[in-house]
This record gives sequence, structure tokens and C-alpha cells, in this order.
Amino acid sequence: MANTLFDKVWDSHVVRQVKDGPDVFFIDRHFIHEVTSPVAFLGLESRGNSVVYPAKTFATADHNTPTINQHLPVEDALSANQLDALEKNAAKHGISHWGLGDKNNGIVHVVGPENGITLPGATIVCGDSHTSTHGAFGAIAFGIGTSEVEMVLSTQCIMQPKPKSMRINVNGKLGLGVTPKDVALYIIAKQTTSGATGYFVEYAGDVFRDMSMEGRMTVCNLSIEMGARGGMIAPDSKTFDYIKGRSQTPKGAEWDKAMKYWETLYTEENAVFDAEFNYDAADIEPMITYGTNPGMGIGVTKSIPLAQNVEGGVETYKKSLGYMSFNEGDTMIGKEIDFVFLGSCTNGRIEDFRAFSSIVKGRKKADNVTAWLVPGSHKVVDQIKEEGLDKIITDAGFVLREPGCSACLAMNDDKIPSGKLSVSTSNRNFEGRQGPGSRTLLASPLVAAASAVQGVVTDPRTLLV
Amino acid sequence: MAYDKFNTLTSTAYPLPTENVDTDQIIPARFLKATERVDFDINFFRDWRYNQDGTPKEDFPLNKEIYAGSKILVGGRNFGSGSSREHAAWSVYDFGLRCVISSAFADIFKNNCLNVGVLPVQVSPKFADTLFAAIMADPKTEINVDLPNQTVTLVATGESESFEINTYKKDNMLNGFDDIDYLKNIENEIAAFAETRPF
Repeated sequence: MANTLFDKVWDSHVVRQVKDGPDVFFIDRHFIHEVTSPVAFLGLESRGNSVVYPAKTFATADHNTPTINQHLPVEDALSANQLDALEKNAAKHGISHWGLGDKNNGIVHVVGPENGITLPGATIVCGDSHTSTHGAFGAIAFGIGTSEVEMVLSTQCIMQPKPKSMRINVNGKLGLGVTPKDVALYIIAKQTTSGATGYFVEYAGDVFRDMSMEGRMTVCNLSIEMGARGGMIAPDSKTFDYIKGRSQTPKGAEWDKAMKYWETLYTEENAVFDAEFNYDAADIEPMITYGTNPGMGIGVTKSIPLAQNVEGGVETYKKSLGYMSFNEGDTMIGKEIDFVFLGSCTNGRIEDFRAFSSIVKGRKKADNVTAWLVPGSHKVVDQIKEEGLDKIITDAGFVLREPGCSACLAMNDDKIPSGKLSVSTSNRNFEGRQGPGSRTLLASPLVAAASAVQGVVTDPRTLLV
Repeated sequence: MAYDKFNTLTSTAYPLPTENVDTDQIIPARFLKATERVDFDINFFRDWRYNQDGTPKEDFPLNKEIYAGSKILVGGRNFGSGSSREHAAWSVYDFGLRCVISSAFADIFKNNCLNVGVLPVQVSPKFADTLFAAIMADPKTEINVDLPNQTVTLVATGESESFEINTYKKDNMLNGFDDIDYLKNIENEIAAFAETRPF
């Protein structure tokens, strides 16, 4: 029988199958951060267990770290306590730790690939649902709960039923101003926020083949937003070029050996998926969300659907629009905004800053907009400076902040005030996600940049060419 | 983190028919700063239970006295979507709930519930509607959840549906075991497997 990429990687990590139960699933790489790991360490210690393979776990601080004055002590006592717990737990159990200020520090899903920890064919978990990001490299990567973090620490395995498989093909060429974020938001709008629940997705077709590694990470990152456990893309020469020579990638003979394996990682012809969908790149335009889940997205030039045309409950739909203070039939273009957030594990990479800069270059930030530009890691910051993007950004009236998850989930001080409308390159527009009462429009870095300079929701295509 | 055993449960239920309830609603991110697992009930559905001035929202089902003490929550479709935070499952448990019923659950939330001793019971959309209608008609409606027989039943009318759970997880719930107990028992097998991994 012809195998899928997903089958190949999954099946090679099954230690045993439990009769009428889950698989005992071996984990190659485990990322931890300050928010979802402390209770796992408490559990581990209370059972008298130790970390079995400390070299397979990597700690970085990101979720509640400040994005200004990182050289000073963290002011928020609870955040400081979590950061301290992460550092101490890592030291005690021999786990590498990239804390605040470390040159390798940044958002876990940005620093993993940057440092060559993320590899094709690997299994990767983290107590964070956007772990799906790493699927861009042909890894099986997904988010887990804290009980499972403890399982990985103490046994290097979790117990998981094998998800069903789905393939999403997007063929053709993307139009002007259409980015990987738009492709993902388009797919999620088609699938709805729960359409891929129970599935693991493989993305295939021209669009993903032509996409950069950064773009693939953006797409895989958002897999969870349609309910999928994860998403992956078969590794190719772009993948190998990206990882080669990074600090933790295999070297020399080890690299050659790994390449032999990695070149087998593709879906065989005639392999059958439990579900398969085909979309046309030409149908995708720059996207924006209008509601309170990522499936509520439309082309930026479109108007908000009428309740009668929407799948699912009318009550839930109306509650969502009520929260947003929007009406059915409203056009999104021209809505006055208050905040712009560029960053997160979805769009905090160098390519996202290049895209943002391409629009704001020679223009000025609108006076009514507060903008937070938060690179995903120190390496991204360095690259921004190396390419001179910092000058473009500063000249346009924007300020570059220090790395972290920031206003994506607003655990630190970067909170959008109640009632304010934010165009955000992050991944979730849930009620209060960016701060209690905040209202979020998810979009690409291009839409964010265009809206930041115009002060209203703007189609970036009007500012390109 | 071992938990109490689950066998059968008969209780009234909180109705929450809103669809796509995400874990940011179940427990907002700003309340995830603890380093111990205590008192997560306090901020359970924080922004839906309380106004910004801290006063309770009287018409929110979890605040209604008539449902107080229920051990079951009947939620709308796609319950628990979004963030993987297990704190959401902890807050369900700490609030006194032992079972969540819905016509569809998000995967990670469902897993987390099973790992902390909260039974996620998936029913058909039709049966979910039946449960909501019964609770709306009579807030004191009792629901029986029978894990050994894998059934969920409206006590008053006897209307019933069976639900799926794999034998392994069922045995864990019935006996209060968890996955770490299982995994530690096969650690030699795991160690041998680890030797075969290339990186």
C-alpha cells in the first residue's frame, strides 16, 4: 500500500500500539516554555521521576516576557516567578535554557527552526498549540497539555491515537499582495474553525512548493486554527538548504546519513487520504477576519456575510459580531483601527518584516494608530538590522520592540485596551485574546502595514506597484 | 497527576449552547501565571462570568443559582478549541465539574480532560439539542453518565445515547490511573526504542 508522508513519520515513532487504545508515541524533540511547564516539573518531582533524556528537551522563555527593557528585572512578580521557575527547572534537570537576554532567545516556534533543532522526519511537541509550525520541515509537530509535558520529561513518550489524514492541495499562482498568511486564512475560512478536527494535514501543490520556508511555517502554524492537530509539508531542497549548517543540525557523515532518510519523506503516488481538498490559488485575495474565531475570514474587499448564509448557529454568529461591534453586510475596507501588531509565531520572522517594510517604506504611520512591531527572536532582530529594515521602519515612525509572544496572547504588558480595534498578524481573534475587551482583525503583514499607514483597514494592493 | 476514579454520575447540568467556545474563554491567558496547580476555578470563564468591574454577570449560566453544584456542563459544538493550555481542563475540574458533554470537542482539550479526570462525552447534535431543550424546560433536569456502559441518559424520560471511549482510557478513568503509570511500566521497551532513533 502506498504510504503518506504522515504515515511514514508517524509509524516510525510508534513504540507499541495499545490494544483498543492509543499508540505509545516517541518524541524526538521537546520544547518547553515558562507557562505550561512548571506544573509538569512539580508532577515529575512529586512522583520521584527524573528527566530521562534532558538533551531532547529545549527551554526558552517567550510567553510572558516584556518586549521593552529586557535588560532590567521583570516587573510583574508572577511572570518573573514563572521565568525563574523555568530557569531553575532547566538547570536542575540538565536542560538547555535560552532565557531572557540570551542571544538565542525568542518565540519557541521561531528559535527551534533557526537553531536547527527542528528537523525533517522528527516528532516534535511543546505545551503550545502552535507547535504545528515545525511541520513546515516535514516533521510531525503538535501541541500538548501539561500532563503530556510531564510524560515527555519522564518517559520521552506520549500516548496518542493516530489522527486521520487530510491533504489540502492549492495549485496555481498567487496574485499580487497575496501572502502565505492569506493562503492559510483562506483555507481556514473554507474549513471553518473546526473542519479539520481529528485530522493531521499535509499541504501540497504548486503554492506550497513555491513558498519559502518562512511562508511554510506560517501556513503550518495556523493548522490548529481549523481544528487540525498539525500540518506538514514534504521536505525538499529548500528545506535542506534552510537547515544545513545551523548550530544543532547534523554535520558531516551524520548529515549525509540523515539526507538519505529525509529524501524518503514524501507521499507516494496513489496514497489515499481520509479527506482531500483542492483550492485554486487564483481565488485567494488578501484576507482579513471580522469575527471571533480564525474561520471567520473574508477577502479584504468583501463584506461581512449575512447570518442566513453562514454555517452553524445564528446565535453564536450574532454574539460574535456583537462582540466585534460589527454588522452583517459591513465592508471591512475603511474601518478605522487603533492598533497594529506585527509579530508572533505566525508572522514574526524576517520575511514578515521585509513585507511590512516594503509597504511602509517612504510612508508614515497614521497618527491614530499605535503599532507594536515585535520580532520573533534575537536572530530576527539581527537580520532586520543587517538588511537595514530597522531604518525604514524607524523613518516611517514605527518602533522595533524586543522579541517575545507579546500582544498575540497579551500575557505581558502588551495588551490592547478594551474596545480598541487591532489589525494583528497573529493567529487568534478570540474574545479578549489581545487583552480584555480587545477586538482583533487577523491579517497578513502586508494588510497590517497598509492599514498602519492609512489608519483604516486597507487593501495592500492599492499601495503596491 | 493521578485523579479520582470515575464510574457513574447523576447530576443536574449547566447549559452553555454557544458554539466554538475556545480555551481563552474557559481561562484567559492572564490567569496562566501560576507555577502550581491550585484554585483554577476562580478564573474559570472569567470574562463571561464577571463584568470588568468584577461584578458577576447574572444571566450567565455558570452564575445562576438554579444550576449551582452541577457536576456536568453541556457545551455547544466544538467545545475547547484553540490554545493547548491544560489550565482550561484544570479550571473545569476545580469548578467541581467531572463531565463535559458536547456534540464535538477540540482534540487537545479532550485529551487534556481525559488526563485530569474530566470525562468528555461526545453525543450526536440531535441528542445535544435534546439535552439543551430538557435543561431549558426544567433547570433541575438530571443527566446520568454511565462510564462502564458508555451511556448518557436523561433520567426523567429515559432518553439515552451511547458514547465512544477507547478501552484503555476507559480503564484509566474507572481506576484513576494515568498515562505516566502506563509509560513508566514499559520504560525498558522505550529505552530500547530510543536507541534506534537517528537523532
